[in-house]
Amino acid sequence: MLKIDVDGCIGCGVCESTCTFGAIKVEDGIAVVGDKCTLCGSCVDACEVGALSIERAEKVVISDLDSWSGVWVFAEFRDGRIAPVAMELLGIGRQLADQRAVPLSAVLLGSGLGEQARELIGFGADQVYQVDHPALASFTDDAYGNVLADLARAHKPEIILAGATAIGRSFIPRVATMLATGLTADCTDLAIRPSDGVLLQTRPAFGGNIMATIECPHTRPQMATVRPLVMKPLAFDGARQGKIIEVSPDPVLLQSRVAVVESIREKGDQVNITEADILVSGGRGLENEKGFALVRELAELLGGAVAASRGAVDSGWVGYPHQVGQTGKTVCPKIYFACGISGAIQHLVGMQSSDTIIAINRDENAPIFGVSTYGIVGNVFEVLPLLIARLKERRGTRAGK
Amino acid sequence: MKIIVCVKQVPDAKDVRLDPKTNTMAREGVQSIMNPYDRHALEAAVQLKEQYGGTVTALTMGPPQAEETLREAVACGADDAVLVSDRAFAGADTWATSYTLAMAVRKLGDFDLIVCGKQAIDGDTAQVGPGLAQRLDIPYVAYARKIHSCTDGKIRLERLMDDGYDLVEMRLPGLLTVVKEVNEPRVPSLKGKMKAKSLKATVLTAADLQADPACLGLRGSTTQVVRVFSPEFKAERCMLTGTAAEQVDQLLAKLDSLQ
Repeated sequence: MLKIDVDGCIGCGVCESTCTFGAIKVEDGIAVVGDKCTLCGSCVDACEVGALSIERAEKVVISDLDSWSGVWVFAEFRDGRIAPVAMELLGIGRQLADQRAVPLSAVLLGSGLGEQARELIGFGADQVYQVDHPALASFTDDAYGNVLADLARAHKPEIILAGATAIGRSFIPRVATMLATGLTADCTDLAIRPSDGVLLQTRPAFGGNIMATIECPHTRPQMATVRPLVMKPLAFDGARQGKIIEVSPDPVLLQSRVAVVESIREKGDQVNITEADILVSGGRGLENEKGFALVRELAELLGGAVAASRGAVDSGWVGYPHQVGQTGKTVCPKIYFACGISGAIQHLVGMQSSDTIIAINRDENAPIFGVSTYGIVGNVFEVLPLLIARLKERRGTRAGK
Repeated sequence: MKIIVCVKQVPDAKDVRLDPKTNTMAREGVQSIMNPYDRHALEAAVQLKEQYGGTVTALTMGPPQAEETLREAVACGADDAVLVSDRAFAGADTWATSYTLAMAVRKLGDFDLIVCGKQAIDGDTAQVGPGLAQRLDIPYVAYARKIHSCTDGKIRLERLMDDGYDLVEMRLPGLLTVVKEVNEPRVPSLKGKMKAKSLKATVLTAADLQADPACLGLRGSTTQVVRVFSPEFKAERCMLTGTAAEQVDQLLAKLDSLQ
């Protein structure tokens, strides 16, 4: 409960203007809290006379926080290779572990793992817990969740990171529930608070319009998923030394109540936009499918892949696998062309870390120009054909040489 | 078949902004809606009911005004509705929410299937569905994109993966979360609207659930929000100038220098 000291309150209204949720109002010179209060505590910090407080009942069980130590990264393994996000997590994991002066471990689950654990060591892991079992060949929430939770109970890491992939976002919530601890999804920033070593987890909410920093104060491990391409991997160092620990779990843990009958990989339109160096992305400004064809043509000329804003995908000009943004994919190409994309925040959060961003838009006040390296204010139907023609000319001269 | 659909009333996230000066959420014109993914969950449940018989119960946790979302659910085919509402639930994170919903589901008795949207558009966590399944100790499948059949105590469906999809089979009772591709939600029927009008949702409070107060709301939450702020973007902008042709030439020169 948010408590208001009616004698202390001077009705200054600072709390009202601080409240993100519009939950506190000054009525007749006294602050009054309403139903929308989420107990976030902003007003308590803002109140200059200390009239606000949050009654936090003591947790019944405060787990022995200090006995949990070490940083873990779940390394996703599918189709004979480790998902690139695992290397990115080892990059940030290394920083967090060094700051905490604890070891960094990777957990590798799958079947036919071969020498893959060495990769994880080369990318920064001090040790790898490896479970190589046919029952883990297909991903199931039950087996993967049981094994990871069991390992965590046995070794008590203070932090567990996983990729916010289809697999990570599916089974990591189960692991957090099994371990009775907190989980923060889709983090874009992770940092250790120097004063107490707590993991500060920052993530977008409300479709990326708002960022929130979250902590897990009373329970361990502190768990977070991180989107692919948000963190940077370390350079691979084949000389790095580390320990590979083979684990044979209790067979009961490997049982699953969900059977995977068949795994189908989709190709064709399923270009992986997260792996392209050049992305040409189109939005509603292209007006129709024919307009969007300009984006396809430019992408082909540049040897890049086609991407799109939610607007273009919702209009049916291109499939969902091409969508960039909060509800689509996060991308980080060397060059990102934004054609006829205004730059809603939910789009910007998915592409803003691209190395070079080129925006073409009619409206000079479009938010996309705020993140662009180079901006062209103009009509896409004039600029794109010109650009395409120039590139064709060049290709012609090169071919003629 | 007894099906429970979890729905959530959310602010229309695309309209939510922080005012950078006051750090206040700009609320003008922000409507409360049924979480869009939950519409697909409801439709999936109603289609299963139509095919295999049974009932659909819409379940929500929220303030009293969340009854509006239950009304919508009934208008779109739910048979009855349950509102889990208490001041003690305020400030709940996904951990406390899944506990509270699990207590409510237990209170409702036997069921065959729980259907949830893949995530809510305000928090975007996608954690409550799997968390609820774990607390009820039932299997789940997240990100269902197509339901094939539901017979002999098993449901067969496709779950979306990053590189394609898996055809999976789950024993019931179980839980699934759905993505938008799973179906096209129907618009409310006239009959449904009439029924929704007279809806009296069953209300369950913390006392009704015989819930452990230490597991509810902020107190029962494992995570806490420390700070809320507007996203910041780098602003190194170089606007090109001149005619369209001149700008294109400048751009090509810049691109050449990059490579």
